[in-house]
Amino acid sequence: MLPLLVELPPLPTLRDTAFIMPEIILTLFAGAALVLDVALPRSKKHLTAYFSLIGLAFVAIALAQQVAMTASLLPISAFYGMLFIDGLSVVFRFVFIVAAAFSILYSIKYLEFEREQRGEYYALILFSTLGMMFVATSGDLIALFVSFELMSLSVYVLVGYFKRDKRSNEAAMKYFLTGIFSSALMLYGLSLVYGVTGHTNLGLISETIAGYVQGGTAESGDPRLLLMVALVLVAAGLLFKIAAVPFHMWAPDAYEGAPTTVTAFMSVGPKAGAYVLLARMLLFALAPMREMENLPGWAALLAVVAVLTMTVGNLAAVTQDNVKRLLAYSSIAHAGYILLGIVSGTDMGYQGVAFHIMTYTLMNTGVFAIIIALHRQGVIGENLNDLNGLFSRAPSAAVLMLIFILGLAGIPSTAGFVGKFFLFGSLIQSGKPWLTYIAIIAVLNAVVAFYYYARFARAMFLNAPSENIADASPLLLAPSVRITLTLSAIAVLFFGIYPQPLINVADIVAQSITTVYAQSSGIALR
Amino acid sequence: MTFQQLLFIGFAALVLGGGIAVVLLRNPLYGAFALITSFVGLSALYVMMGAQFIGAAQIVVYAGAIMMLFVFVIMLLNVRADEERPPRHRFLVWLAAPLALLLSAGLWLAVAGVQGDRAPSGEAGTVERVGKNLMTRYLLPFELTSVLILLAVVGALHLAKREKE
Repeated sequence: MLPLLVELPPLPTLRDTAFIMPEIILTLFAGAALVLDVALPRSKKHLTAYFSLIGLAFVAIALAQQVAMTASLLPISAFYGMLFIDGLSVVFRFVFIVAAAFSILYSIKYLEFEREQRGEYYALILFSTLGMMFVATSGDLIALFVSFELMSLSVYVLVGYFKRDKRSNEAAMKYFLTGIFSSALMLYGLSLVYGVTGHTNLGLISETIAGYVQGGTAESGDPRLLLMVALVLVAAGLLFKIAAVPFHMWAPDAYEGAPTTVTAFMSVGPKAGAYVLLARMLLFALAPMREMENLPGWAALLAVVAVLTMTVGNLAAVTQDNVKRLLAYSSIAHAGYILLGIVSGTDMGYQGVAFHIMTYTLMNTGVFAIIIALHRQGVIGENLNDLNGLFSRAPSAAVLMLIFILGLAGIPSTAGFVGKFFLFGSLIQSGKPWLTYIAIIAVLNAVVAFYYYARFARAMFLNAPSENIADASPLLLAPSVRITLTLSAIAVLFFGIYPQPLINVADIVAQSITTVYAQSSGIALR
Repeated sequence: MTFQQLLFIGFAALVLGGGIAVVLLRNPLYGAFALITSFVGLSALYVMMGAQFIGAAQIVVYAGAIMMLFVFVIMLLNVRADEERPPRHRFLVWLAAPLALLLSAGLWLAVAGVQGDRAPSGEAGTVERVGKNLMTRYLLPFELTSVLILLAVVGALHLAKREKE
């Protein structure tokens, strides 16, 4: 018999709602953005963007109230264990807010130019952010799935936001179909997890599975096989979302076809959301299945995927000429690196995952911001050749772009290097020989990646400006965009040279992963 | 074999048969009807498990409302049995059958590992209990779902709205 919910708990109280204050504020602002769009005249529609940014600022302030809670070792749970607040959830919600704010800021001019300035756009980004924030705090399969869908559904619409653009339509269709297919796979896997363990609460699932894996259920059969099936399905669904090989086919098309601002958003925000869900599932709910007796655990499975992902991503990126496709493959490769940190299973690996996602958010949005600014009538600014001679046309933009590109490549003295150092180092630190081999493959991959990142630098600094540029006027960045980009670039360099502050933040995430798992039963139900 | 087991086998066959028919039938309208059959069988299975509310919702929402839309769209689009066109990858058909068999065998093996009665008791699925749970334990996902639906409406409106200009 399944444990039944016969005893009904009391109604949720104000204490519970206090924990979702940031999310409540975000919902209100997202809804208000929709209404505001109707109220504003056509020429004033861009005000919705500033309204959304103000909303995100309020959300960040509300979230700051929760920072103190991460100090306690036991995560705080609310809504009957539906959500819990730990270091991981607080840190990553800040990452999501930053990703959303940057995307909105970089979108304003672009949408104006495309004459697609409408409030829905910003509302959809806010709703997607809301989904991500709930993914980060949910401690229950049902809440996780609903919030994950909230996040994905908004992005499907955003990818197809330019209705008159055929490529946007095609990309949206592909992304939507592969996306819901992967969601269905994941949901099937989750239902099996529930069927085997009888729980939807991550803590209780983890506890139950730990019992099975230790083999304490000889008389009632071996449920580990069914759990394996569930694991494969859940992992397949999630790997789809982070575009890991062999589930990466949709990414280049979706990245290329989507409006560039949406590409920037989906390459950092929802992607980070998927990493968080992956971490919650693998490092918490299914953590006891990392390595099992007589059966392969998920560590081996994920290691193979990670190696394939970074190798295929890097090799395919070499031959690309379209900047958006190139960055799509580059983001596939980065997904491979990040998986390595989860495979290693050490504190250093988890720190690397958090550190790399945080800095990747800054670098990738930065690169896309420059590409968005390149967008001119006649020149889409998506070909690598469009960058030719950027240094002579717009020196400051070229230098900013160079810093972000070097960061993505992982050149020492940029934050990208520190992230990679932690991720690759954790493999060696784990002391397992097979992980050391993987570290060697990873380093070789990083070398291949230098090549295609260097192509950016060559185009911008060495190549002469193309003759056929329709609009040769110097690139103008809006002051707010310029300030944000400069600050991001300074952050990329600063954390490359003195990474300690950010490592401390990453350590909060790593600590919460290890302690939450150690006390899985403690957070089960309030 | 008890009466209960007989019923179960009957309804399970309905579910499976309907599902297979959806895949095999070439006429989309027949496919939609086969899907309704499958849903009806499924709702009977829910009722047998003591989940009366889910069983009723399955009929009202899926077999009723959603399939109605399906049929409407198929008729509006005037899709006929799709034209006989040579399948592009004939070898895939031969690959698919063994793979499906392999997957079924694997699932069978996996399910065989799990024993014991895992059906919830008769109390769990009543309207009262579902309602109370939705308002307490599952309040948060319930409210989140309403945001999800709002978002879906906004998204669908944006994609379907005709451009002015």
